[in-house]
Formats: sequence, C-alpha cells, structure tokens
Amino acid sequence: MAKKLVSLENIVFKYEGQTRNAVDHVSFDIYEGEWLALVGHNGSGKSTLAKLLNGLQFPQEGSILVNGTELTEETVWEARSKIGMVFQNPDNQFVGATVQDDVAFGLENAGIPLPEMVKRVQNALNKVKMGSFLNQEPHHLSGGQKQRVAIAGVIALQPDLIILDEATSMLDPRGREEVLETVRELKEENLLTVISITHDLEEAAKADRMIVMNEGKLYRQGIPTDIFQMEGELIELGLDIPFSVKLSKEFKEHGIGLVKSHLTEEELVRELCELHSKM
Amino acid sequence: MRITLQDVEYRYQINTPFEHLALHDVNIDIEPGSYTAIIGHTGSGKSTLLQHFNALLKPTKGSVTIGDRRIESGRKEKELRGIRSNVGIVFQFPEHQLFEETVEKDICFGPMNFGASEKDAKDRARKALKQVGMAEEILEKSPFDLSGGQMRRVAIAGVLAMEPDVLVLDEPTAGLDPRGRMEIMDMFYQLHKERGISTILVTHSMEDAARYADEIIIMHRGTVFKKGTPLDIFSQPEQLLELGLDVPDTVRFQLKLQKELGIRFERICLSVDDLVSEVKTVMGRGNQ
Repeated sequence: MAKKLVSLENIVFKYEGQTRNAVDHVSFDIYEGEWLALVGHNGSGKSTLAKLLNGLQFPQEGSILVNGTELTEETVWEARSKIGMVFQNPDNQFVGATVQDDVAFGLENAGIPLPEMVKRVQNALNKVKMGSFLNQEPHHLSGGQKQRVAIAGVIALQPDLIILDEATSMLDPRGREEVLETVRELKEENLLTVISITHDLEEAAKADRMIVMNEGKLYRQGIPTDIFQMEGELIELGLDIPFSVKLSKEFKEHGIGLVKSHLTEEELVRELCELHSKM
Repeated sequence: MRITLQDVEYRYQINTPFEHLALHDVNIDIEPGSYTAIIGHTGSGKSTLLQHFNALLKPTKGSVTIGDRRIESGRKEKELRGIRSNVGIVFQFPEHQLFEETVEKDICFGPMNFGASEKDAKDRARKALKQVGMAEEILEKSPFDLSGGQMRRVAIAGVLAMEPDVLVLDEPTAGLDPRGRMEIMDMFYQLHKERGISTILVTHSMEDAARYADEIIIMHRGTVFKKGTPLDIFSQPEQLLELGLDVPDTVRFQLKLQKELGIRFERICLSVDDLVSEVKTVMGRGNQ
C-alpha cells in the first residue's frame, strides 16, 4: 500500500449565508503517486474541497492532515509548499509580464536564491515543453500553452501534490490533450500525485482512482472500472459514463455477444474483433 | 431573419504595426430558421466571425446583411440597436457578465435598454426564466448567490428576454456538468424548433454539431474551409483529423473498428443507433 499523503477526516464546510453544507462529513485519503479524479455535478462540493486542501478555506468541523501535520492557519504556508493548484481560467492566473517572470513569481515568494531560481524556471518550463517561450508575453499564448505555463509555475515549487481544478475545461480538444499529456508525463517521472477535478469522464476513466461527490457528500470511491459499473446511477447524479462503456452496453442489449466491460475504446474494439474472427 | 456575409475580410488594428488579418474571403448565408454549427480550432477565426453576426464588428472589406440592414466596410453605421436586439449572442461564460443586484433586474436590463417598458420587461423576465428551467422564486435573489450552473442559466435568460430572431451561441455549455450540458442544449434546440429561432452554434463538440445542426461550417485560418450537412462533413473524417479537429465519438470508434477488422461499413455512423445496426450487420455476415 502506498503512503498516505493527505487525509481528510470528517470534513464539514458551509459558506456564509447558506443553509446547506457545501462539504458534508467527507473523509478520504490521498495516496502518494496516484492520480485521483474527483467528479460530481456542478455544486457538489468538488471545488470547495480543493480550496480546503489548499487552505484557502478552513473546515468548520473535521481535520485535514498533510503528511501527518494538521492543516491550520499556522501550518498553511508549509502545506501550500507541498500542494500546488491550477485553476480553470488560464487568463486569471498570470502575474508576470513574461513567461519566465510568471514561473519565477512563486519561487521569489518562497525566497529561493537567484541562481537556483533560474535553474528551476528553465527546468520547469522544459518539462511542460514551453522552454523556448521564456520571454514571451503570456497573453499571446494559446489556452493550452497558458495552462502549461501555470503548471510550470506549480512544479517549479516542487510540490508533492498538484490539484487541477477543471484546468482543461476552457481549452479546445487539442489544448486539453496537451495539458493532460504533460501532467501524465510529470506524474510518471517524479512521482507527482495528482488530483483532477473534472467533468470529463473520458479523462476520469484514465485515473487510478475516482471519487464521486453528490450534494456535498462523498457518494462513492473506487477504481474507474467499478465506478462506471454504476452506469444509470451516475447519470441520475447528473454525470455521464465514458463512450466505450455506453457503447458496450448498447451492443450487449442488441444481442452482440460481448462478455467483458470496456473502459476504453481499444478494449471494446479488441473484443469485437475476437468475436468477429470466431464467426 | 437572413444573415449573409459577402467577401468579408476583417483586420484587427488596421493601419498599425499590430495589424492582423483574422478573416478573409468569408461567404456565408444563414437561412431564416436554420441551425448552423461553426467548428474550427482555436485561432481559426470563429470568435471574430460571430461578432459580425450582430455588427459588433464591421468588416474591413465586403459586406454583412442582417435582415434588411446592410453593413459595409468604410461606412459609418447608425442605430444598430435594432440588429442587436434581433440577434442575441450568448458569449462564452456569460455568467461573467452578470452585474445587477437581483436576478430580475439583470434579466430586465437588456429589454429595457432596448426600449421595453418595466412591466413588459418583467413579464419577459418571468417567461425567459421559465424557458431556462428556473423557478420564479429566484427573481429576487442576488445572481451572485447562485451556483455556477444557475448563474449560467440566468445569463442565458437575459439574452432570451430580448426575444431575438437569431441566437448565436459561443460554447454555451463549457464548464457545465454532463446533465447541465444536455439540458441547456436541449432547451436551445426546443426554442429553435418551436419558435423558429435561427441558431448559430460555435462549438468544439462534434457530438453537438452532428446532433443538432442542419449545416456545419468549418473555419480554418480565417476563412471557410468547407460547408455541408453533418453527413457530408463527417463522411471525410480524415480531412477533419488533418485539420486538428475531432470527429464525433461514433465516427472515431467506427474508424478504429474498421481498421482492426479490415473492412469498411456502408455508411458513416453519426449516432449510436447507426453504429449498433452497422456492427450487427458486420457480425451477422460473419455468421453465414
């Protein structure tokens, strides 16, 4: 079993003036090196969880342990150096006039000495394949490029955990793939742990583990294969199932003799081919 | 209302060192009551194009005819209000434009700005709110106390309250959960069917383009690359993939399966039902 990186214990959070708890008695663990997809309808509490994890908000009940240390107003800076966040809107997270200034911003705040800073900025930008854009102005970049620079800003700080809060939802399909590919590579390389808050069920299907939120509560957690077994139940929660799962179900209902369940299109194509060759 | 673009060119910051050609040689005819999808990757000119549909931008060459108004380059246009209230644009993330104290005031702002009486505007606000599937109780609330999905609906209601003949939708469901996405798209389709509203949808979702549109326009490098019915457009999936665009899930799956099986289906499948029936045929044939 991998090491627990973060533990949430019975978290309750309510926004001022609201009657319902935005996060309602939620407990779960995040393990080192995993890709955890957090899904749920709009308003199910996903983004609130992200804010709690990063100490932008504090729970009214329960506790969050980061590497065994409780996250409080006193320990928040320590925790933030371990947890980086990338937000939805690429245009809302730029502070620097150039790409390299922007990536350096966090390092300057953290008091990293200049020679080390220069090295880290270049490294981080190389890793997200933006190494040749050092002096470009951020607003001239495409959405996917901007998000990759934002990711560089996060990884330059060498966090243990990166939270993507719908970081690809404003991008076009190509930009989305660029960003996800980048994060996947980073995760493979240096054991970065990833929490991805997303409505993209195809992306969630590729995660190691999924958590389904519903009306502030943790509804279910498990590996994608198990989660997507819920099919109709997920749709009732306002979610969807990946195309291959939907299609595989339709084929079976129409008498095509498939036996497995299929989380990816490749798996489905493979079984159809096997079936075809036996005929 | 018909919208026709003839030889439209648009240059940003013309006659400056920053001049940039965003559109050229664009010829488009949007028929009254039609449903058109515009696809193309980021930077292909879609956003510049859509701002021509209600004269937010004037072409730097060529002409745009909106109903009986003709907008030409090099001519000062007056009284564009009529056009703006006839052609409603739902921009990306329209909830960022909410600003009033209450939902009611926010929805009434557009109609009253275009000359509706307060009473008329309030009636329209109620009607529009119903259309987007929200309860009247919300009228007195601050739009900023609503959830993201509700804010989106209120913002859309603000455009519907102008009772436009033409609706231009720029990625109207980005950031919504799957159910919200479906509900909003179905609502627009119903308005289109029931009230004959011409609908122009700018989208990255090939599913939506295939499902709803009568005609699809592909924009590429600032001009129209191709126009046709969904079947025309998606019958040459290789071409789309070369342009860096997606194809609908069903088509992508069909291509993979065809390749592995080494056969070609008789038609391109734009729906799951089509795909099921083609696969059944192929599997059945193997049996004989």
